[in-house]
Amino acid sequence: MKLPKLSGGSVKGLDLRALVASLTGDGASGDRIVPPTGFTAQLTLFAAGAMAFLAVFALALSLATGRLADRWAESLAQTVTVRVSAPSTEIEAQTENVMQILRATPGVGEPRLLDDAEIADLLTPWFGPDVPVDALPVPRLIELPIIDASDFDTAGLRLRLEGEVPNAVLDDHTEWRRPLVSAASRLQMLGIFSLLLIAAASAAMITLAARAALAANGQVIRVLRLIGARDITIATAFVRRFTRRAALGAGVGTVLGLLAVIALPNMEESGQFLTGLGFQGWGWLWALLIPLVAAAVGFLATRWAALTMLGQVR
Amino acid sequence: MQDAGFGYQGGEPLLSGMTLSLQPGSFHFLTGPSGSGKTTFMRLCYADLLPSSGRMTALGQDLRGLTRDGIAALRRKVGVVHQDPQFLDHLPVAENVALPLTISGQPVDMAAMRDLLGWVGLAQQARVLPGSLSGGERQRVALARAVILSPDLVLADEPTGNLDWDMSMRLMQLLIELNRSGKTVMVATHDLNLIRATKAQVAARVLRIANGTLQLAGADL
Repeated sequence: MKLPKLSGGSVKGLDLRALVASLTGDGASGDRIVPPTGFTAQLTLFAAGAMAFLAVFALALSLATGRLADRWAESLAQTVTVRVSAPSTEIEAQTENVMQILRATPGVGEPRLLDDAEIADLLTPWFGPDVPVDALPVPRLIELPIIDASDFDTAGLRLRLEGEVPNAVLDDHTEWRRPLVSAASRLQMLGIFSLLLIAAASAAMITLAARAALAANGQVIRVLRLIGARDITIATAFVRRFTRRAALGAGVGTVLGLLAVIALPNMEESGQFLTGLGFQGWGWLWALLIPLVAAAVGFLATRWAALTMLGQVR
Repeated sequence: MQDAGFGYQGGEPLLSGMTLSLQPGSFHFLTGPSGSGKTTFMRLCYADLLPSSGRMTALGQDLRGLTRDGIAALRRKVGVVHQDPQFLDHLPVAENVALPLTISGQPVDMAAMRDLLGWVGLAQQARVLPGSLSGGERQRVALARAVILSPDLVLADEPTGNLDWDMSMRLMQLLIELNRSGKTVMVATHDLNLIRATKAQVAARVLRIANGTLQLAGADL
C-alpha cells in the first residue's frame, strides 16, 4: 500500500488563551486523554459540594451580621435619651425645663416624654410584667429624635443640661452602641475568615485529588511525554477535568445551601437573631459567585499540582 | 553525536566516545548483544536521556541546551516505536494514533487517518481498544502514531522483538516505505536475519555497540 500523506507542518502551541478557551468550550478531544472516571472524580465533586454548602452559610452569616451592625448603628444613632432623676416634688418642673431646652436645641425633632406604660415595658425584662411603676422612683425618660446630625451638638447639649438641670443626664447610646457594633463586626469578620478557610480547604482537597489522579495516571503521562506533549498540555487535560468537577460540585452545594437558608424560619415570625441569617437584595448574587470561585480554586490548585508534579520528573 | 558518552547515576559509563552523524533520508540498523546499550542509545536520540559527556545534536539542536518544551518539540519531530509500545488503554486505536495531533492542537483529518490505518493494515481496528490487539497489531499502531506528524526521524527500538518472522518483515516493509519517502530511519535489533533481509531491499548502514562504544559493522552482514 502506498504511504499516505502525513500531517507534517508546524505544531501549534497551547498558550494560556487556548487553556481558557478549552476550559470554557471545545476541549473534548483533549479531555479524553485522561481516563474518564475514578475515585478522585467523586472526591472532588463531594468536597466541592460540601464546601460550597458551608460557604453559603458563612456568606449568609457575614452578610447578615453586616446588616445587623449597620442597623444597630443607624437606629441607635438616630435618637438620644435624656434621663431626669429628681425628688418627686421637683421632677415635674425639672422635666418641663428639660423639654424646653430640648425644643430649643438645633438639629433635633420634637422631644417625646415616655409614658408610664412604655417605661413599664422597658422594665419588664428585669422586674417582670406586673411592675408597679407608680411605686418606684423611676426616672423620667425623654426620647429626642435627631433630624440633622451635623447640626446637633451632643457635647454642647450635655453641658447645657448639666448647667441648667443638673439632675438630667444625656445618653447618646454610645456606651451601648460600640460593643454591639463591635460584636457584629467581629461576627462579620468571622464569616469572611470562614470563607477564606473554606476556599483554602477546598484548594487543599482538590490539590490532593489532582495529585492522586496524576499519580494514578503515570502510564498516560509517560505515553504523552513520549509523543511530545508539553507539561502545560498534560496539565491542561487534568485542569479542565478538575475545574469542571469543582464547578459542578460547588453548583449543587450552593443550590442546596440556598434552599437550606430559604428554609430557615422567617425573621418576622420569631424575632431571633439566627432567623436573620439569609440573603437580601443583591446579597443573592454573592451566593451565585460561589461556583465560579470554586472553579477558579479548582483551576489554580490543579494547575499548580500538575505543573509541580510534572516538573519533578524529566 | 560527537564523543558522546552516558552512564547511569552512580554507575560505570555504559556508552562512551560515540561519534555519529545520521544523514537525512538514511537507514541505519543498530545492533549489539542484549544489555549492550542499544535502548540507552535510542533514548539518547529522543532526549529521554541526556549524554553525560560529549555533544549531541538532533535536528540541529543541542540536546543539553533544550528546555522541557524544547524536548517536547523535538519528540514531535522524532517518531519512536518501542518493543512494548504503550497506549492510552481507554482510547480506541484511531484516537491513540491521533494523539500527537491532539496534544499539538491540530485537527484530525479523518480521511488521512483512514489512509494511515489502511497503510499499516489496521483500517478495521480503528474503533478497537488497544488491549484487544495482538503484538503485531500493537507495533503497527505504534508505527502509525509515530509517523502521523510526519517526523523527520523514525526510531524503532527492537520493534520486532515480540513478533514472528512474517509480521516482522511486514513491519520492516513499512519502515522501508517510510525511508523511501525521505524519512531517516534507525532500527535497533539483534536479529541479524532481519537485517540481512532488509538490506536486500534498502541501502542500510549497520552500527554495532560493543564494549560501550559505537562501531560501524562491516559488509559481513
